[in-house]
Amino acid sequence: MNIIENFELYAPRLIDKEEYFCSGHRACQGCGEALAIRLMCKALGPDTVVANGTGCMEVISSFYPTTAWNLPWIHLAFENAAAVGSGVEAGLKALRRKGKIPDRDVKAVAIAGDGGTMDIGMQSLSGAMERGHDLLYVCFDNEAYMNTGIQRSSGTPFGAATTTSPAGRASFGQKTWKKNVPEIMVAHNVPYVATASPSYPLDFMNKVKKARKVKGPSYIHCLSVCPTGWRSASNLTIKMGRLAVETGVFPLYEVEDGKYRITVEVDELRPVEDYLKHQGRFRHLTPDVIEMIQERVYQEYNKLLDKVNGLHAWSDLKFEGELFE
Amino acid sequence: MAKRVGMEVGIAAAEAVGMCNIDMAAVYPITPQSHIAEHLSEIVADGRIDAEFVTVESEHTSISCVSGASATGARVYTATSSQGLLYMHEILPIVSAMRLPVVMGNANRAISGPINIWNDHSDIMPQRDAGWIVLFADNGQEVVDLTIQSFKIAEHKEVMLPICLNMDGFQLTHTVELIEFPDQKKVDKFLPPRKPLATLHPDNPVSMGTLGMPEIYAEARKSQDVALINSKQYILQIWDEWEKMFGRRYKPVETYRADDAEILMLTMGSMGETAELAVDQLREKGMSVGLVKLRLWRPFPFEELKAAVKNAKLLIVTDRAVSFGGSGGPVYIEVKAGLYHEKERPLIYNYIIGLGGRDVPVPCFVEMFEAAAQSAEKGIVKDYEYYGVRG
Repeated sequence: MNIIENFELYAPRLIDKEEYFCSGHRACQGCGEALAIRLMCKALGPDTVVANGTGCMEVISSFYPTTAWNLPWIHLAFENAAAVGSGVEAGLKALRRKGKIPDRDVKAVAIAGDGGTMDIGMQSLSGAMERGHDLLYVCFDNEAYMNTGIQRSSGTPFGAATTTSPAGRASFGQKTWKKNVPEIMVAHNVPYVATASPSYPLDFMNKVKKARKVKGPSYIHCLSVCPTGWRSASNLTIKMGRLAVETGVFPLYEVEDGKYRITVEVDELRPVEDYLKHQGRFRHLTPDVIEMIQERVYQEYNKLLDKVNGLHAWSDLKFEGELFE
Repeated sequence: MAKRVGMEVGIAAAEAVGMCNIDMAAVYPITPQSHIAEHLSEIVADGRIDAEFVTVESEHTSISCVSGASATGARVYTATSSQGLLYMHEILPIVSAMRLPVVMGNANRAISGPINIWNDHSDIMPQRDAGWIVLFADNGQEVVDLTIQSFKIAEHKEVMLPICLNMDGFQLTHTVELIEFPDQKKVDKFLPPRKPLATLHPDNPVSMGTLGMPEIYAEARKSQDVALINSKQYILQIWDEWEKMFGRRYKPVETYRADDAEILMLTMGSMGETAELAVDQLREKGMSVGLVKLRLWRPFPFEELKAAVKNAKLLIVTDRAVSFGGSGGPVYIEVKAGLYHEKERPLIYNYIIGLGGRDVPVPCFVEMFEAAAQSAEKGIVKDYEYYGVRG
């Protein structure tokens, strides 16, 4: 464990062999989210407490009297992972300061899905980040309410058919664009914000490790491929995650102290159709809608590049003094 | 030495929490709880206690946040009122099911609508079945005593349940009363640091709040009911201990001039003291009246209630909340059901009083006693009635 701590970056051989999120859970075949959680836990290490919002992950991992968790784990409700996580952080902090628990750095981590983060959990997430708890929040975004049967959320992409945004004669499916929660977190002045994907395991784990070291709030938005909800083949999970990045649909970047950096560079973006065509949720799309999606992806990607090229680290921003004269 | 001071009861509630060596509190402000929140934050800001004070963005988060902290083994406190308590509603049964010893003060206030910040019990009544221990205080002294006792009761290893201590908003929280504060050393002796059975810590990883399938859910619910019913004996034990150390006796059902009374009135909360004055006046007139005050709303003290009313001919139950479309106020429904199997039981009347801060002074209680007595004498049995309400 100490060896890993001394390295800034992970290499495959340095990954913890210990399993903190164990096999035997009930996730669907090809679940990108379960894979991501396993990797996240390995990057976090044993000195971690996880607060889990209601969703697929709580359901598949905690059938009483069994548990897949080898980390201390707590679940209360759907929308309050950040609130419970901030309580865990405050409790551990007080108990450690008062000498009631061992004097050791134990990280509080809150996890929830896109519904539990971007919709119903937005308030408690915003509150926890604003208060500045030493808390890592990871959103595992599979782009709909998969646990309840694939209903649309604010994370569902434009054009996707879900059970509450179905495609029909009068509709091409989801009519709104995905909410940009990482950007909302940056607006909270959170010191570390990143997007991630288990299809890029070392990139993901490095980000988790970086976030763990932040003494304050941090946020990782992890795209989690859901074969069940996306109507994609379960053996294509890793490939789907890669295509999301290669097409620019879900760029991998981090924002450290306000400084944007793309962590997985893509020389030339592939057409979005390469990503859409493997997924049944986009099967109904006509070329004109695909064109709209393509334009939007370019636009968003350019917005991101603008930030990467134009924005400075907050700590580099110094006033010349005129403001106060 | 215990000291007696004149103090606003809301401030005193925070002072009592400050004596309990809490590790963490999370509070969201709401009238009339706000003085508790403010003063507790002052106690922390002045370094008088070593605790994390988390100023959350909602009551849903305050209850979630203290639950997370409680699960790490911390001693925690929160306080709320009215809409805030309703906003917590979703989380309340989870806290009790997870057996987290959260202590919460509730400054009782009416619920919307119309929006109203004044006192009644319509906020706590919808939380009846959340599985919490629910206590009512009658005056400022009781608020202080019950607050300190609550931590000991909640954390008792045979109890392990959250407690909601109700104190009437404004009538109690904003009233200055003479209160005797116990000696800190004695409080420390009465209330040693929390010894949790299982906590969220990597040295012994546990999973809390897991999924219960149909084959286990019913057992989980039953065991929770058993735990709440069993908690009464430990509450009584702790009240005995309190009496031995501090001299004040607490009972699940308090009585006032009730032993030989033919007509009893039942109250819950701060109106009990007003009703006592009415009892005194009527006793002087020669009317055989007395008072029964419910302190413990959950677990409901059926045995104590039966013993208290067994000789009465008429029992007037007062309610400070409405159960719309039901057979009466919530307290009345509970009391009537509890006495149904008794061979000897009094006639039971129900007045719904004091909604949304409507004042109920002594003459009103006198009138209620007299009106119910006359009605009963004529053999008229009525269900619930709104006292002094137009329309």
